Parts: sequence; structure tokens; C-alpha cells
Amino acid sequence: MSVTVWIPRDAGALALGAEATAKRLVAEARAAGVDVKLRRNGSRGLYWLEPLVEVECADGRIAYGPVTEGDVPELVTKGLLIGAAHPLRLGKIEEHPWFATQQRLTFARVGRIDPLDLAAYRASGGYAGLARALELGPDAIVNEVLESGLRGRGGAAFPTGIKWQTVLRQPPGQKYITCNADEGDSGTYSDRMLMEGDPFSLIEGMTIAGVAVGATKGYVYLRVEYPHAYKVLNGAIAAAREAGLLGADVLGSGKAFDLEVRLGAGAYICGEETSMLESLEGRRGEIRVRPPLPAEKGLFGAPTIVNNVITLASVPTILANGAATYKDYGQAKSRGTLPLQLAGNIRRGGLVERAFGLTVRELLEDYGGGSMSGRPIRAVQIGGPLGAYLPASQFDTPLEYESLSEIGALLGHGGVVAFDDTVDMLEMARYAMEFCAIESCGKCTPCRIGSVRGAEALAAAGRGEDRDRQLALVEELCDTMLNASLCGLGGMTPFPVQSAMKHFPEDFRARTRGG
Amino acid sequence: MSTAAAPAGLLDESRILTIVAKHRHQDGPLIEILHDVQAAFGCVPPGAVPVLARALNLSRAEVHGVVTFYHHFRTRPPGRQVLQICRAESCQAAGGRALERHAQERLGIGFGETTPDGRVTLEAVYCLGLCACSPAATLDGEVHGRVTSQRLDALLGAQAAVKS
Repeated sequence: MSVTVWIPRDAGALALGAEATAKRLVAEARAAGVDVKLRRNGSRGLYWLEPLVEVECADGRIAYGPVTEGDVPELVTKGLLIGAAHPLRLGKIEEHPWFATQQRLTFARVGRIDPLDLAAYRASGGYAGLARALELGPDAIVNEVLESGLRGRGGAAFPTGIKWQTVLRQPPGQKYITCNADEGDSGTYSDRMLMEGDPFSLIEGMTIAGVAVGATKGYVYLRVEYPHAYKVLNGAIAAAREAGLLGADVLGSGKAFDLEVRLGAGAYICGEETSMLESLEGRRGEIRVRPPLPAEKGLFGAPTIVNNVITLASVPTILANGAATYKDYGQAKSRGTLPLQLAGNIRRGGLVERAFGLTVRELLEDYGGGSMSGRPIRAVQIGGPLGAYLPASQFDTPLEYESLSEIGALLGHGGVVAFDDTVDMLEMARYAMEFCAIESCGKCTPCRIGSVRGAEALAAAGRGEDRDRQLALVEELCDTMLNASLCGLGGMTPFPVQSAMKHFPEDFRARTRGG
Repeated sequence: MSTAAAPAGLLDESRILTIVAKHRHQDGPLIEILHDVQAAFGCVPPGAVPVLARALNLSRAEVHGVVTFYHHFRTRPPGRQVLQICRAESCQAAGGRALERHAQERLGIGFGETTPDGRVTLEAVYCLGLCACSPAATLDGEVHGRVTSQRLDALLGAQAAVKS
């Protein structure tokens, strides 16, 4: 008897013991006389159920989770390999309420297929987008992306089509496609999940970008903290090259495009696009003053597209199914779907891809199930370390660009970090300044000095030393950083600081600090 | 991750030049080269800087500037084990601060330091992308989620038993 079993090799699943579970399952099955064909996939994104084990049965893939190594012997005895009933049995993931209510476009394949199985990628609609792009030609591709309403998913939310158009209009010659995979925002992991779970969609998206603007070379700038993604991406690139999907003659079109993955080296600032370009050139990741824009003068001085992983990986589905289909999702100026990431003190953490418009509360309660600690959620930080803190009174805000911007917050890369009522918001404000000080590239004074002084002043205020004067100084520093920094690191660090001071003033008043 | 370290002063220059040669076809290869140097030597030894500068036609200041800009590059070899603990917000929200304190107290060192017996180097890291299972840590490159103080003790104990 032979049974196919899927267990993720996603870093998040591995961090929860997926490798030990997989090994034990194969061994226990063998002892029971069953030959297990172990397949490895990305994560379905239901991390509180990882390690998730899916068994191929007659009527589909039956999931069990979370399955720790210790659970395996009992599960095998009780009939996991035939999909038998058990308290850990979840049924089909597609029918699980947490999953069934999602609208997975960009993440359609993540967790379903073996990330390095090119045949499975193509069988599930992969490379249909590139095939159509090759028929359309540059102008029509760019139009399609423009029409879809796709905006940069890395955080800045700039219309992707306009960026592409600018690069397309530059005189012919060397141009580059670069993918910003320096996903450093705390609370975000969608880039990692996608690169580990469906790397071909990113490769296809970058290839379409190359065809659109006439670039023959692309770089993925990947953070060094993602070694698993590095391995998967390089494996996928090699497979795509082998199959003629990268190289001198992409899909027999006569057009050339090839890719290289470059590793960062632990610098948050390199997620800023000009700093990333400096780093790709092998230099210190100090930001460049704009203009010129990277679209005009980017990598090695050539016109360059800089897009985030999710942005580029959304392109194949847009091209394959048409701009209108994609645009039907979402509302107003936030079109398509957004992969939200639930993190921090949350009971059911994971990836929720839905059309724009879900409220913070729906995400935290319906999907998140409240805090992990069981205490009330007091604050959330959206969009990473440069994102504002929201109090519970703002939890009915829809998660889309304009609504968040109206309340002085930002969506960023879609990470939502929940904090329970034990959080000390003055300390979080101080940490925001400390983080900026650690990661500042040092090029401009407001960021380099302002962050250090801001962290010192908030620490002193926390100790109750001359509190009012310290907090007044923090306000002043925030104003300077906001208005005079060269890039988003110094320019946005005031968001978490000021929102903490505004919405949680009780944490900044005189009090007995518990620790 | 290799931890085989060459003592200062006994720098194997040819080994560095072999690494440089491997990257000849790349544009702007310095960071790629530094990754390989660190993999080979456990760190980027200060003696490597002039060698790289000469080989790449850069100034020593340029190479030194890059080595020191990035948190990932070390100029001294690490301990036999490297423990990275995430200090970012998501992990803080889920008990990361207590984990940081516990690690520092247990090892008797701060972030960026190595225990006097050379056994463990403790490093801060700012997001491992494991935020749905915070707090997160890595030990010798292996990822771990929902790490409690007890779990950390078990990991350090188990690894020590394997290595010693």
C-alpha cells in the first residue's frame, strides 16, 4: 500500500517541528507496512495548525493539524493514512472556514503544490500569463497592468503600471527588473511564504516585466534571514532555465531574460529601493537622493523596475485572466486582493488573502480569534516598524490604503501585529526610535541623530526624569524627522511614536511603572 | 554555516582569491564575495580587507565600509554555536522580551557577545519572517517558533550534548 502525504517545508512550519513530524510519519508508516510517498509543499498559511499534514485520499486531501512528532504514532494507529476520524482531523483545507472565506489569487498555489514542480505549476495555469504577454507586446502589457489597478504591495502603494510605463519609455538599452525581497517589516512574511511556496509565480512575473519594458536581466534582492527561500528560488530558477522559460530564448519567443538572486546582509534600510540598488551594486546600503527615479536611472545607472515580491507575483494572474477580473476585487483605489499577515499576540496567526476592505476587527476576531494570551487586544501595529499603532477604537477601519491614510496610519506590506493589554506603549515608542537608530544608514542627520536622541528622551521619560520636557523634545524630533529625512526610515519612524503618544496617553503620564 | 576559523595572521590569501575568481562574472560582486568569505572563515577577517581591495580594484576604506555597514558580517569568528533571537515587534508582543532576558542571563552575555568558553554567540536579529509563531529564534541556522525560556534551555542543552 502506498499513500501520498504532504507536509510543508515552509520555514514557519519547520520552526514548529514539521521536519521531525515528517520523519516520524514515514518511519511509523513503514513499521505499519505502508509506503508513504512524502511530498513537500509551502504552507497553507494556517500557522496555528502547523505542522499540517495532508493525506491524499479518494475524495481529496484530508488535513490533520497541528501534528507534532509525538502525535504521529497514535495518529497512524488510528488511521491517519486512510483519512480516519480523529480530534486533529480537519477535513479538506479548502472547506475549512478560515480558508474557504479567503480569495486566493496570488497565493492560489501556495501550499497546494510542490514549489519546485514546474509541471504542476504549468498544469495549474502557470505561464499562461507570460504566453499572453508575449502575444500582447510591451504597450499592451503595461496597459493591462495599469488597468488592473495594481499598486506596489511592498508598502509605498505606487501604481505598478506607471512605474513600468516610465521604464518602457526610456530609450532602448540595458534595463533591469529588480525584485525587492528584503521583507524586513516585523509581522510580515507573505514574501517569504510565496518564495518558499510558489517561486515560479515570482519568476514568471519578473519575466513578464522584462518582456514589457525590454529588460533582459533581473535580480531578486533577498534578505539573508531567509535561507529557505534562497534555496527554493535558486532551485526554481535552475528548473525554469532548463525548461527554456529563462535564458536566451524565453518560451521560444526570441526574447532573452535571466535572473540572479542576490543576498542582503542584515540591513533593514536595504528594503528602501535606492538603498537596495546600492546594495545590489555591492556597496553600503546608503540611500540615494531622488530624483533621478530608479525608473530613469537605477541599477548600475540603467532604467530599473523595483517591485516587491507580491506585486510581481500578482502579475501572472492579471495577465492570464485579464485586468478586469483582477480589478473586480477590492474597492475604490484599492484594487485586487491583499495578502494580510496576522502576527504577534494572536491565537490563530497566518496569511489571509482577501479583496481589500476587511476591517481590522474582522481580521483580529474572525480570523485571529483574539489574543494568544486570552487578554484583550489593546493595540495593533499595521505595516511594520514604521506603521502606526491603532487603539481598539479604530479597529473598525477597513484595511485599505485610503481608509488607513485618513486616520494617519498605513497599510504597508499588510502585516498586522497584535498586542494585548500588558503592552507598555511608551516602551514601544522608545523601541521604534531605537530600531531606527540601529538601522539608520547615517546619510541624513534627522534620522541618524534624531532617532538616538528620541530613544534617549523616551527612556528618560519612562524613568520619570523631567517627563514633560522629554516628551516635548520627542514631539519636536518627530516633526524634524518627518519633514527633513531623506527616506522613509527617518521620515516614518515618527508614525509609531506619535500614534502611541496620541492614542495611549495614559502610558506616557506619571505612573508607577511595573516593569 | 561553517565555523572553521582561521587564526588572525595566518590568513589564507589564496583561498580568498579563489572566492573572488568565482564571482568574476558578476556585476558589483563585493557582498556576494563577503558572504563566501564569511562562510569559509566564520567571519570576514580584517586581513581579508586589503586582499579584497586589491583584487577588486577598490580602496580598503570601501571594502571596510561595506563589511561594517551590514549587521550580518562579523570581523571575529563566532562561538561554536550561534543563537539568534528576534527582537522585533511581533516577537515582543508574544513574550520576546522575557526570552531575550532569559538568554542573556543564562549565557551571561549580551547581544553580539560570545561566552568566555567560546561555546555560544548570541545575536539579535530583526525579524525572521516567523511572526505567526512568535517569539522566534534560530540556533545554528535551524529555525524555532513559539520559543519559551524552557524550550530555549532544552535547545541549548540538546545542541551542547550533540556537539561536545
